[in-house]
Amino acid sequence: MSPGMIKVTIIGVYLGLLLFLGLFSSRLFKGTSKDYLLASHSIGPFLLLMSLFGTTMTGFALVGSTGEAFADGVGVYGMLASSSGIIHSLCFFVLGVKLWSWGKKYGYTTQAGFFRDRLDSDKIGLVLFPILIAWIVPYLLVGVISAGKAIEGATRGDFPTMTETGAIPAWLTELVICLVVLVYVFFGGMRGTTWANTFQTIVFMVLGVVAFYLISTGLAEKSVAEGRAHQMVNGERIIRTEPPSGLIDSLQIVSQEIPKARRVRDKVTLADQIETVEAPEKFRTRERMDPWLFFTYMLIPFSVGMFPHLFQHWLTAKSGSAFKLPIVAHPVFILIVWIPCVLIGVWATTGLITIPPPIASDPNKVLGFMVKSLSGDVLGGFLLAGILAAIMSSLDSQFLCVGTMFTTDIVVHYGGKDRFSDRQIVMISRCFIVAVVAITYFLSLTEIAQTRVFQLGIWCFSGFSSLFPLALLAVYWRGLTKWGAYAGVLTSIVTWFVLFQKSQFGAIENWSVDLTIGATTIHTMPVATMFFASAAATIFVSLVTPKPSEETIEKFFPTRAA
Amino acid sequence: MKILVWGLVLALVVLHQDIWNWNDARLVFGIIPVTLAYHAGISIAASCVWFLAANFAWPTHLEDDAEKSLSSEEGVQ
Repeated sequence: MSPGMIKVTIIGVYLGLLLFLGLFSSRLFKGTSKDYLLASHSIGPFLLLMSLFGTTMTGFALVGSTGEAFADGVGVYGMLASSSGIIHSLCFFVLGVKLWSWGKKYGYTTQAGFFRDRLDSDKIGLVLFPILIAWIVPYLLVGVISAGKAIEGATRGDFPTMTETGAIPAWLTELVICLVVLVYVFFGGMRGTTWANTFQTIVFMVLGVVAFYLISTGLAEKSVAEGRAHQMVNGERIIRTEPPSGLIDSLQIVSQEIPKARRVRDKVTLADQIETVEAPEKFRTRERMDPWLFFTYMLIPFSVGMFPHLFQHWLTAKSGSAFKLPIVAHPVFILIVWIPCVLIGVWATTGLITIPPPIASDPNKVLGFMVKSLSGDVLGGFLLAGILAAIMSSLDSQFLCVGTMFTTDIVVHYGGKDRFSDRQIVMISRCFIVAVVAITYFLSLTEIAQTRVFQLGIWCFSGFSSLFPLALLAVYWRGLTKWGAYAGVLTSIVTWFVLFQKSQFGAIENWSVDLTIGATTIHTMPVATMFFASAAATIFVSLVTPKPSEETIEKFFPTRAA
Repeated sequence: MKILVWGLVLALVVLHQDIWNWNDARLVFGIIPVTLAYHAGISIAASCVWFLAANFAWPTHLEDDAEKSLSSEEGVQ
């Protein structure tokens, strides 16, 4: 069997397992829309942890983090991963538990349902629905495009008769991924999605650690074989000849290389590389990052507070206590996934491995290429399945939530609850999911697919983050009014669109909003402008407009007996 | 205790802005760049702080409210 066929077979078996899981979970389906959309509020702590984590970790976390570390160095971890550990758990704690409680009490399924009730405003649902859909479709694209590029990079040269580069074309991977996710979401609903998420999260975490081990030991062996590794003996630096002995030793050998970027190494002799080269440190420092940009990046993880698919996952919890495990374990889980990916991306910049120009010019392909180059065909196949697992574990929740929003917020809300049977609601939801998958797939075939995954993700996340103040105020501030909410939402969308346009629709990478104070210019992430403008508009307009009815305020903020 | 927990969350946010590590290129234990090791530490510290929050600042009344309302609904039915 050819190397390419081995990988395709392993991935095929893995996808088959997922389909089986989805179809099996459908046998537990109770036939009600509540069961299809919220798994009848039956999800315990472990499944909630795995589904929340699997949903937040997408192609953005694996493929994007490796690509960005390859392009900009290790600072990417602090920029998004460690801040997410703090902020995601904060959102689960301050929003998730409270919204779960209200969801269970008042029967919400979507964000629009909650905001309609909380603000005494039917129209707020109509305003939110298109905006949330408009921002979630790019997020879906991030996953689909990541899958296509990762497999393309990892199968380069394996199928010489198939394409010019000999790789499985991105369109084919994207089609298969969309179809597999569609099938298990279609039949399994929220229960199938949660089970598949849990299975896939375990798969990508285990295989991620295996990939890290294989890549680090493989690179260390290469370093010694090529005479690049050195060690200190009696105060003298000598070339090392002993092979690496285990993971820690391998990590030390490989990490020696981080500062020595390939483009510098190419220009000097081997001896000079070890002794005299002034090592460029940018890949292991944050030399190229602006501290204000770094600081304002911290607002991006607030997007979790307004992701519609996470809202839906929160509502599946069996009890409020089920949130404790996800809140505590989430930051460490992020560490387990991100640190290996970031290190692999940085190692790819060293002289230990030659990244061909087509791969180097498209950082999304770096992870797939590293896996292909440094692991055998069988393990390579498993590791690719792990990458796909991470990507699909987000896509499924997003597809399901889009179907839920359309069915609940538009069809049932305006058609009337009594007009449709539960079975009809489930069927409408399924039809809309099929339509969204089709639209996402066709968009992935357009020029948008050429955008760096990370950049596309940042713009989409920024939009959701700018709505976080609205969610927080809705949960904790009695004074929030529907007019304040309209003002906040409209400010979000207008500032988002204006800034996105100024960045030439994401074409200018790392575009920032520059503020000049005296002689100093501060570079900030666009999310900061959107976030604070939206918060200010919501608060200011709420202060000068009529409050919701006393009944509504008492419903959400009951007066407690002393 | 709640104030301490929220103080620790705020401290994490402040400590996250480690400008003192910006241009430090050392490797910790010869393995991991110092800036990456520091932020890995932030992730572990975040888990510890959220552990304290889950144990000492947990909004138990929310769970009670949800359960009460459901049981009263069931009672009516």
